[in-house]
Amino acid sequence: MTIVKTTIGRRSFLKASALASGGLMLGFNWLMSCESKPEEALTMPKEWFELNGYLKIGENGVVTIMSPNPEIGQNVKTSMPMLVAEELDVDWMKVIVEQAPLNTDIFTRQLAGGSQSIRQSWIGLRTAGCAARQMLREAAAAAWQVPVNEITTEAGTLRHAPSGKSAGYGEMAAAAAKIPVPKEVELKNVKDFKIIGTPRKNVDGLKIATGKPLYGLDYRKDGMLIAMIAHPPAFGLRLKSVDDSAARAMPGIKDIFTIKTYEDSYAKHMFDATAFNDLVVVVGNTTWEVMNARKALKLAWEPFESYDETYAHFMTGNKMAVKVPAGLENTTMHMQKMAEYAAIPGKVVRKDGDPEAAFKKAAKVIERSYSAPFLAHNTMEPMNFFAHVTDDMAELAGPVQTPEYMEKSVAARLGLPLEKVDIQMTRMGGGFGRRLYGHFLVEAGVISQKMKAPIKLIYAREDDMTDGNFRPSYHALYRAALDADNNLIGFQVRAGGIPESPLFANRFPAGAVENYVAEEWSIPSNISIGAFRAPRSNFIAGAEQSFLDEVAEAAGKDPISFRLELLERAKSNPVGENNDYEADRYAGVLSLVKEKSNWGEETPGVFRGVSAYFCHNSYVAHVIDLVMENGTPRVEKVHCSVDCGIVVNPIAAKNLVEGGSVDGIGHSMYSGLTFTDGAPDQSNYDKYRLIRHREAPKAIDVHFVKNEIDPTGLGEPPFPPVMGALANALYKATGKRVYSQPFIKDLQLSSLRM
Amino acid sequence: MKRLNWKKNQNIMASINLNVNGKTQAVDVDPKTPMLWVLRDHMNLVGTKFGCGVAACGACTILLDGNAVRSCQLPASAAENKEITTIEGLSENGDHPVQKAWLENDVPQCGYCQSGQIMSAVSLLNSNPHPTDEEIEAAMNGNICRCGTYVRIKAAIKTAANTI
Repeated sequence: MTIVKTTIGRRSFLKASALASGGLMLGFNWLMSCESKPEEALTMPKEWFELNGYLKIGENGVVTIMSPNPEIGQNVKTSMPMLVAEELDVDWMKVIVEQAPLNTDIFTRQLAGGSQSIRQSWIGLRTAGCAARQMLREAAAAAWQVPVNEITTEAGTLRHAPSGKSAGYGEMAAAAAKIPVPKEVELKNVKDFKIIGTPRKNVDGLKIATGKPLYGLDYRKDGMLIAMIAHPPAFGLRLKSVDDSAARAMPGIKDIFTIKTYEDSYAKHMFDATAFNDLVVVVGNTTWEVMNARKALKLAWEPFESYDETYAHFMTGNKMAVKVPAGLENTTMHMQKMAEYAAIPGKVVRKDGDPEAAFKKAAKVIERSYSAPFLAHNTMEPMNFFAHVTDDMAELAGPVQTPEYMEKSVAARLGLPLEKVDIQMTRMGGGFGRRLYGHFLVEAGVISQKMKAPIKLIYAREDDMTDGNFRPSYHALYRAALDADNNLIGFQVRAGGIPESPLFANRFPAGAVENYVAEEWSIPSNISIGAFRAPRSNFIAGAEQSFLDEVAEAAGKDPISFRLELLERAKSNPVGENNDYEADRYAGVLSLVKEKSNWGEETPGVFRGVSAYFCHNSYVAHVIDLVMENGTPRVEKVHCSVDCGIVVNPIAAKNLVEGGSVDGIGHSMYSGLTFTDGAPDQSNYDKYRLIRHREAPKAIDVHFVKNEIDPTGLGEPPFPPVMGALANALYKATGKRVYSQPFIKDLQLSSLRM
Repeated sequence: MKRLNWKKNQNIMASINLNVNGKTQAVDVDPKTPMLWVLRDHMNLVGTKFGCGVAACGACTILLDGNAVRSCQLPASAAENKEITTIEGLSENGDHPVQKAWLENDVPQCGYCQSGQIMSAVSLLNSNPHPTDEEIEAAMNGNICRCGTYVRIKAAIKTAANTI
C-alpha cells in the first residue's frame, strides 16, 4: 500500500473546478459531440456530480474521466483514464472519456513529449481516482451511519458487509461531491489491479473507424474562412516582395497579406521555434480556391544575413543562443563538412582511464563512421489550427503537443491576457515531436485577428514537409581497441551533426569499458531542427549497435554474448560515474529476446541481426529476421522485448512497440531529406520515401519483461534500436555493412519496392 | 511554381449532381474541384482526409462505383452520375465488417490515415473476398501509415475476409 498526499506544497491538485457545471467545457459545442462512448447503449445521466477536476459521476453511475494530455497516437486518451478508473474502482464499460480542456490550475504537464505522460502521471492520476473513491465511501458511511473503514467498493458499487447495505456510486455521488478532498489516500497494491494491466481498446476506435470529426483539420465553425501560408522555398531566404494582383482577383479570395509570426521584440521559448517568421497569407472561402490563388502569387525572395536567436528552455527558463548563418546549403557540402569535423578531435565530454594508451597497445583497432540525413516529421495530418480572435477573446482549436506553452505565445502575440485565450486540444494525426513547435497556432491567431473572422489555417503537404524543425543530419565515428585475447580495452565515440551532436556520453557502453572517451562537435546551419521521435537516440542507437556488432565479430564473439559480457562488467564493477542506465534491466531485455527468438538457431535463407538500447526510461531489444526476395531485403519477423515496468494497457503498448519498430525500419531504410541551394529536394510523398505496406515486417512479436516497477513510456523507446538490428541483419543477408542512412541508398539497391 | 491561367476559368461555378452515400444532391462548385474538398468543405463529410494532395498517401481514398480512388485527384465533374461512397457511408453504426475488424484488432494509433486504409480494404475485399498476403500488400501499398500499423491493418483485413 502506498500512501500519498493529495497536495503539492500548499496547493491541492484535486480541487473541484468549473468543468462539470459548464463554462470551460461548454465553450466549444463541437467538443460535446466528441464524447467517447464505449458502449452505444450507455445511458447518459440526467445530472453530473464532479468529485475533482479529473472525474464526474452521474446519478446513474456513469463516470466521465478527463484525459488531461494531448493525444498524438500514443494512446494516452485510453491509458491515462485507466489509471483514474483503477483507483476509483469502477466498471470500465461505464466510463466515458473526454479530452480535458487546457487548464493548468487543475492539471499538471499537459504536454505530449519525451514519452513522459504515463510515467509522470502514474501517482497523480491514481490519486485522483482514489480520492474520489474515498469521498464516496465517506458519503456512504454518513448515510448508513457506519464506520467508513467497513465500507468496501467493487466496480462502482459501495458495500457495507455487516449491515448488508449497498449502493451504486451514482446514488452517493451528490453527497460525495460535498465532502472535502481527503488529505492523503492509500493507493492499491499492484496485485490488486483490475484495470491496469488488462487490454482496453482505444476509446476513440469507433469514431476513427466511422470517420467522425476528431482532428484539427476537421474543425469548423459557421462563417469560418480558410487560410494558407507561403513560406520561402529555401532555408537562407526571406520574403522580398509580393505581387498578388492576379491571385486577389481569383474566385473566393477574401484577402492576401503578409504577417510576422512573432514580433521582433518578443522573447521566445524553445517551442516557438520557426525558420520562417515572415509569411504571405491567402484567405478565402474554401481550401481549393485558396490553393489555386496561392499558385497565382508572384513572390520574390532574397538571401538574409546571419543572425542570432535566443530561446528560453521550457522548464528551466535558461536562455539558449542559436546562431543562424547566412547562405544556401547543400547536402553534398553537409556530408563533406561532417567528414572533416569527424577527422579532428571534438570536445571531450567524458573520459575514463587512458584511451590513448589503450589504442596504442591494442592488437586490433576497428574504426567506422556512420551518418544519417535530415528527416521531416511527416505527421499524416499536416500542420493546421483554428482560431477565432475577437477584441476580448481568442478561441483556438487544433493539434499541438505543447498547448500550455503555446497559450503564452499566442496571448503575448495577440495582446490578450492568458485567461482570455482558450485552446481546445483535438486528437492529433501524429506528432512525433513536430507539434511541440506550435508557431502555426500563433499564425492562425494573427490571421484571425487581422480578418476579424474565424479562420482555419491549413498547411499543404509541401508547406509542411519543407517548413523546418527537422531531425538533424548526424555523423558518428567509433573506434574500438581489442587486446590479443579479444577483450575490449578501449572505446572512442566522436559524434556530431548539423546543427547538434547526437552524443549521450554516459550511456552504454560507457561504464563497461576501462578506457573510454566521448567527444562531440556541431556545425551551425540555417536549416531549422527540432525534436523528432527519440531525439538524438534515433540516430546514435543504430550507429552504436551496428558498431558493437562489428566489434563482436572482430572479437569472434556472439553479438548477444558480447553485449551481455559488457553489461556484466558495468553491473559488477562499473567504470566511472553517472552511467545512465541499469545494467541489469538492459541485460534483461537482451536475455528475453534471445530466448524468445531462439537466438542461435539457424534457418536457411533467414538472416538475423540484434540490437538493444535504453532511452526515455525504457529498455528495448530487437532481433530482426530478414529474407531476400528477388534481391530485395524484406523483414520476415521482428522479435522485440521491452522493459517499461508495469504495462498499463497491453493491447495499446504492443501497438506502440509494433509501430515504433516499423517506423524505425522505415526511416533508416528509406527516408531522408536532402537539400540543393537551401531548398529541400523532396516536398511530397512522391519523392519522400516513407515505409509502405509491401516493405513492412510480415510479423512482429512483442514480449514485455514482467515486473512491478513504476511504468515508463513507449512512444519513443522502441524506435531507435531497431535500426541497428536492421543494419546487422542486412550485413548477414548481403555481406555488406551499411554505414549511411537511408540504407536502401547505401546498398545501392535499384528495386525500390514502390 | 506553375501558374494557373485562371482567366480561362472565369464563371467556373457549375451545379453538379453528386450521389454520395446513397443520396443525390446538387453542389455549386468549380467542376475541377477535387472531390476531397467538395466532400470536406461543401458537404461537411470530413472522414475523408487530406494527406498529400498528389495521390501519393491514400488518406483521401473513397469508393467510386465500388472501386478505391484518391479523391484529391478526382474532379467533381468526373464523379457526376457515379456512386460515391465515403467512410461515413459504409454503415450507419460502424458495423460494416471491415470497420468491425478494425475495432476488433484495435488498429489505430493516431488514426488519421485509417479511414483511407479502411476504404482501400473495402475496395480490395469487394473484388477479392479472400486475398493472399501479397494481394493485400499490393492493394494497400498506396496507403501510408506514419504510425506503422501495417501489421494490424493486414490482420484486420484477414479478420474481415473471414466474416464477409
